[in-house]
Amino acid sequence: MLKQKESLIAGWGNHPAEVCHVYRPDRVRDITELLAAGGEHNYISRGLGRSYGDTALNAGSGVLLHTQFARFLHFDEEQGILECEAGVSFEEIIEHFLPRGWFLPVTPGTKFITVGGAIANDVHGKNHHVDGTFSEHVLDLKLLLASGRIVHCSREENADLFYATIGGVGLTGVILSARFKLIPVESAYIEVDYIKARNLDHAFELFAKTNDQYQYSVAWIDCLSKGDRLGRSVLMLGNHAPASKVKQADPLRIKKKPKLNVPFNFPSFVLNQLSIRAFNFGYYNVLNKNAVGKIVDYDTFFYPLDSIHNWNRAYGKKGFVQYQAVFPPETSRQGLTEMLKRLSESGRSSFLAVLKSSGEQSKGLLSFPFKGYTLALDIPVHDDGLFPFLRELDEMVMAHGGRIYLAKDSEADPATFAQMYPTLGKFQQIKASVDPNNVFSSSQARRLGIVEESR
Amino acid sequence: MKNVLILGATSGIAKALAYYFAEQEHNLLLAGRDLEELQLIAQDINIRHGVEVTVHKFDALDYDGHADFFTTCLEAAGELDGLVLAYGYLGDQKRAENEFAEARRVIETNYLSAVSVLNIAANYFETRKDGFLCVLSSVAGDRGRQSNFMYGSAKGGLSLYLQGLRNRLSKSNVSVLTVKPGFVDTKMTFGQPGMFLVAQPEAVAKAIYKMILKKKDVAYTPFFWRYIMLIIKSVPERIFKRLSL
Repeated sequence: MLKQKESLIAGWGNHPAEVCHVYRPDRVRDITELLAAGGEHNYISRGLGRSYGDTALNAGSGVLLHTQFARFLHFDEEQGILECEAGVSFEEIIEHFLPRGWFLPVTPGTKFITVGGAIANDVHGKNHHVDGTFSEHVLDLKLLLASGRIVHCSREENADLFYATIGGVGLTGVILSARFKLIPVESAYIEVDYIKARNLDHAFELFAKTNDQYQYSVAWIDCLSKGDRLGRSVLMLGNHAPASKVKQADPLRIKKKPKLNVPFNFPSFVLNQLSIRAFNFGYYNVLNKNAVGKIVDYDTFFYPLDSIHNWNRAYGKKGFVQYQAVFPPETSRQGLTEMLKRLSESGRSSFLAVLKSSGEQSKGLLSFPFKGYTLALDIPVHDDGLFPFLRELDEMVMAHGGRIYLAKDSEADPATFAQMYPTLGKFQQIKASVDPNNVFSSSQARRLGIVEESR
Repeated sequence: MKNVLILGATSGIAKALAYYFAEQEHNLLLAGRDLEELQLIAQDINIRHGVEVTVHKFDALDYDGHADFFTTCLEAAGELDGLVLAYGYLGDQKRAENEFAEARRVIETNYLSAVSVLNIAANYFETRKDGFLCVLSSVAGDRGRQSNFMYGSAKGGLSLYLQGLRNRLSKSNVSVLTVKPGFVDTKMTFGQPGMFLVAQPEAVAKAIYKMILKKKDVAYTPFFWRYIMLIIKSVPERIFKRLSL
């Protein structure tokens, strides 16, 4: 029988940290034996631990590490269809397939995530407005159910279960493997235009004007500016660079860069109102004028923070929370204005705030993004006052018909969540049909009432 | 391209070694009991590194089948440039003290079966006058301790056997590397109490690979285990027997 390690673990935000019973199976039958033995109340899968809050935590109960399930199963060179185990990381996919001319169809801002996590959180990226979420490029997947049975899920086969599993934060079963389409690229580089927006309205205008010209778009927003400048930002708009525009001998390769590391948790005064203000000011003003047609490598464009190992430690021991909300088009302007105002009034500033226009919603029942605009913030935890403040933000988001992202949430309450996700009932129905005893559960699922408290 | 046969290829260190060999463009023959698992590893290695990987059923305790097994491998690869023996069975010390069957399984798997298959391989490499044998023994074989001397004694026996084999094969340009891993982060050690200075299998694999290239005789990995074991070996028996190690 598989041994467990009692460990204090946390998500990437380092808040909350909980003692869980961590297992590291390396064959599928290890998991089925574990489930059959019923040693724990319940289990949740965990990949590389890059969800921010308690999505992949299970206080006092089982956590299944997926690090040993990280194998490529098949690759169709003609169509770029990759089948792999759920523990394979985006980093590995890039490392092995970008030199052959294939890239991820959708990627979030870090490559240190797993395929299973990408599906379970239905992650999105800078191309959501044109390419949707990651799961929309998934053809099918294999899911291990609570009963120990392994089922195939796709849009045709077990479709209900498929749509419950994408974005289902690991609650329908254990995602074992998936098949998805990579996209062909000519180079490992992105051609980027940087455009400054004076304020939120200007940013909206620029997004609307440029959305159909660029596959990737995102705005870094200075959330400390007020008044007429509220929402001033830098839009980063990019497309895959054709090989002809890249000067390197092999346009599909980039040099490995040395990595920086944050060796320990910074004291909490390091990130204060002043340093954040300085950073934001500097970032906005470093671009003297708009920069057009810059060629940057994919790492710099997609994963600026990945080059600093353990950057989350910069937020200190208490950690930080990510807060991401999406608003529908009608209320985006008002919602975001209120949110940014609240943020600057509260004196809680965000080091990084990212604005993005989002496209159509995927069919995942608990999938996050829908058409409109999303804003992501990360806020250091300095005191307990932060959590009531986040509740206020929740209220505000809800009032504007918006919703928050499960991969980043660590504080919402059941009523709020239920209202934000109207298909929750359907999700629970499907879960009950495949997992009536709630063998799969997490700290977050219990906190939000997605899963009943006890088995 | 060189062909390397790995026995017990699903074990943590062996797996890491297989990937490292493949990265260095060696073709691989992976052998073990769990063909399904071996097939997964083989496909993955092939997709990642483009080398040829075949899988072969190998049961350590099926002594009568060892000669045929080796012949099949040779037929599949044409020739072999090296062999890694990486399987082992930790067993349960307490059970082994009370049930002979468990003691027997520990000794047979870790010692007797290795003798059987290495005898066959040694003859092949001796005739070929080139190649390497890399065998995973254990620091547990350096001194008998009450907590795991069943396993330790079998690994200790294996280490002595390898000394003799090295002596014999050195004339034929065949190197024999005895690897003595300390604590490595594998299935064997995950969640086990009393672990310290646990090394990552990838780092251990890289170190072993270097030792093979350098034709070393005995490799402690991570290297500092040589000194830890030096201390443990030099404690006088009259004191050692009173310790609860």
